Amino acid sequence: MSASAARLASASSTTVNASRRTTQDAPWVRWTLTAVGLLFLTGFLALPLASVFAEAFRKGVAAYFQAFRDPDALAALRLTLLTTAIAVPANLVFGVCAAWAIAKFNFRGKSILITLIDLPFAVSPVIAGLIYVLIFGLQGWFPPAAQEAFFAPAAGIVRNIADIPGLGWLFGGLADWLAAPKIIFAVPGIVLATIFVTFPFVARELIPLMQSQGNDEEYAAITLGASGWQTFWHITRPNIKWGLFYGIILCNARAMGEFGAVSVVSGHIRGETNTLPLHVEILYNEYQFVGAFAVASLLALLAIVTLILKSVVEWKFSKSTQTAGH
Amino acid sequence: MKTIALISASLALAVAAQAKDVELLNVSYDPTREFYVDYNAAFAKYWKAKTGDDVRVKQSHGGSGKQGRAVVDGLQADVVTLALANDVNALYRNGKLVPEDWQKRLPGNSAPYTSTIVFLVRGGNPLKIKDWDDLVKPGVSVITPNPKTSGGAQWNYLAAWEFARRKYGSEEAAKDFVAKLYKNVPVLDSGARGSTTTFVQRGVGDVFLSWENEAFLALKEFGRDKFDIIVPSVSILAEPTVAVVDKVVDKKGTRKVATAYLEYLYSDEGQDLAGKHFYRPSNPKFAAKYASQFVQVELFTIDEKFGGWINAHKIHFADGGTFDQIYLKK
Repeated sequence: MSASAARLASASSTTVNASRRTTQDAPWVRWTLTAVGLLFLTGFLALPLASVFAEAFRKGVAAYFQAFRDPDALAALRLTLLTTAIAVPANLVFGVCAAWAIAKFNFRGKSILITLIDLPFAVSPVIAGLIYVLIFGLQGWFPPAAQEAFFAPAAGIVRNIADIPGLGWLFGGLADWLAAPKIIFAVPGIVLATIFVTFPFVARELIPLMQSQGNDEEYAAITLGASGWQTFWHITRPNIKWGLFYGIILCNARAMGEFGAVSVVSGHIRGETNTLPLHVEILYNEYQFVGAFAVASLLALLAIVTLILKSVVEWKFSKSTQTAGH
Repeated sequence: MKTIALISASLALAVAAQAKDVELLNVSYDPTREFYVDYNAAFAKYWKAKTGDDVRVKQSHGGSGKQGRAVVDGLQADVVTLALANDVNALYRNGKLVPEDWQKRLPGNSAPYTSTIVFLVRGGNPLKIKDWDDLVKPGVSVITPNPKTSGGAQWNYLAAWEFARRKYGSEEAAKDFVAKLYKNVPVLDSGARGSTTTFVQRGVGDVFLSWENEAFLALKEFGRDKFDIIVPSVSILAEPTVAVVDKVVDKKGTRKVATAYLEYLYSDEGQDLAGKHFYRPSNPKFAAKYASQFVQVELFTIDEKFGGWINAHKIHFADGGTFDQIYLKK
C-alpha cells in the first residue's frame, strides 16, 4: 500500500469513527454483545461440529474409513443420493412453475397456493411422514391392495413393453414395481416424504425475486412477438439464475439431511430403506460410535460443501445484480 | 398344447432344482440387534446345507410397539420377533395379519427365549439401591422407556406394580407406588436402546430399569467397573414372542422358510446363541449351561399375576388405562 493511500484510509477511518461515536452504544455494550455472539457461535455451532470430527477420528484414520466399507453404509449413501437426485429436480420444476405463476400472473386462489407452498415449513416433519402412512399404509385410504388394482392396467402395458426384446433392462424394473407396488416402507415413500419437506425451498427463493423484478421485460418481449416459452427462456431465466441456484442448494442440503419424515416412512430395513441420517442413528444405538460419527462427519462435510457453494452463489448473485443495476 | 405343458413342467422342475435366493425380513425390537446378527448367519448356513437355497435375512429394529405398528401399517415382515405377546396380538387386532391363536403355534407360548427386568446402577451403587422401594425415594432419577411404545417398559411397569401389590396389599396402593416411580423418571425414550444410551452414554439418571440382556451388554461394551447390576427381590418373567406373519408370507410365498427360521430358534444352535447373548434359553439343557451367568431372582409370569397380555394391556396400557391416568396427572 502506498503512503498516500494509507493516509487516505486513516483519514476516512477517523471520520467514520467520529460519526460512529455519536450514533453507537458505549464500547462495553458493543464488546459484550460481540462476546455473547461469539460464545453462542462457538458453543452451538463450532464445538458440536468439531466434536463430530474428533469422535470420528478417535480411533484413527483406518477405523474412520472402515465405517464407509460397511455394505449397509454404502447402501444408505446410495439411497440418500438417489432420493436427492429425484427430489431436487422434481422440486426444481415445481418451484419454477409455481413461482412463475405466482409472481407474474394474477389469478383466483393465489394466496391459497402461497400458503400451501409454505405448509411443509409449518408442519413438523413427523407429521409429513405420518401423512403418507395414513394414505398408503395397510390401514390407510389408499392401501396396497387398492394400489395394486389401480396400477394393474399400467402394469399390463408396461409388462408388454418390457417383453419386447431389448427393452427389458429399461422397463423390467418398472413393470415389476407396477405389478406389486410398494410405497411406504420402501424407496418411493422415502422419496415422497423428502419431496414434501423440501417443497418450499425453490419456490420460496424465487417468488420474492421474481416479484421484485416486475413484469416489464416480459411484457416487452411479448409485445415484440415472443412466445411464452421464449419469454421464459430468454428473459425470465437469466434474471432468476442465481436465485434458482441458491434454492437448489438449500433444497439439496435438506433432502440429504432429512431425518424425521423419512424415519416415519422408512421401516428401518438395513441395507434397503435406511438413508444416511437414519444409518447414523442405528450405528449410534449399536455402540459403534466411531462409525456413527464417521458417517455423521460425511453429512457434515456435505453441509459444509453446500455452505461454500451457497457463499459463492451469493457473491456471484450480488455481483450480477450490481452490474444489472449500474 | 401338450408340448407346451411339457416344456413348462420341465422348466418348473429345473427352477425348483436350482438354488434359490430367498429374502426374509425380520422385524424385531431394540435389544435383539446383536443376537440376530449372529443367528441370521447361523440360520443361513443351516438352510443352505438343508435345501441348497441362499437365504438373506434383513433386519429392522426399534421400540417393540412402534415396530408392531409399522407391520400393521404395511411393513412387509415375514416374521416378527417382538418384546411381548401383546404387540403380536396387535397384528391380529388390526387387519388379521396373524390368526388369533398364533401363540399356540410354537412351543412355550411362542417364546424361544426369555428374560427379566433388572436394575442397572452407576459403579459402586452410590445411592445404595437394593429393591423396587428405593426407586420411589425423592431425588432418585429412574430411566425407563415409554410403555406406550416400548415392550421392555411394559414389563418394567408390571414388575413394579406386582412388587407394590404384594408389599402394600392392594391395587390402589400399587397404582400410587407406580405413580411415584414415574414421577422420578426424567425422560421417556421410545425404545429400550434409546434408554440405554440415555443412561449409559449420556450419563442421565441413577437407576436404569433394563432388560437383563441389555444390562449385561452394557457391562460388556463399557466395562464391568462402570455399572453394577442390582437384582430386586422379585421380577417378571419376560417372554419375548415370535410369529410368522401369515398375510405377508402367503403373498410372498415364503411360509416354509419363515417357519423354519423361527423353529430353528428352538434348536441347539439357536438356544446356545440366545444364551451367549444373555437371553435365558427355554431348552432346559441350555438353561442349565448358562444358569451361572444369570441372576437368581423370584420370577412371576404375566399369565399368573395379570391374567395374560390381553387383560394387562386393557387395564394398564390402552388409552385411558392406569399408565395414562398416572402419567397425565403428573
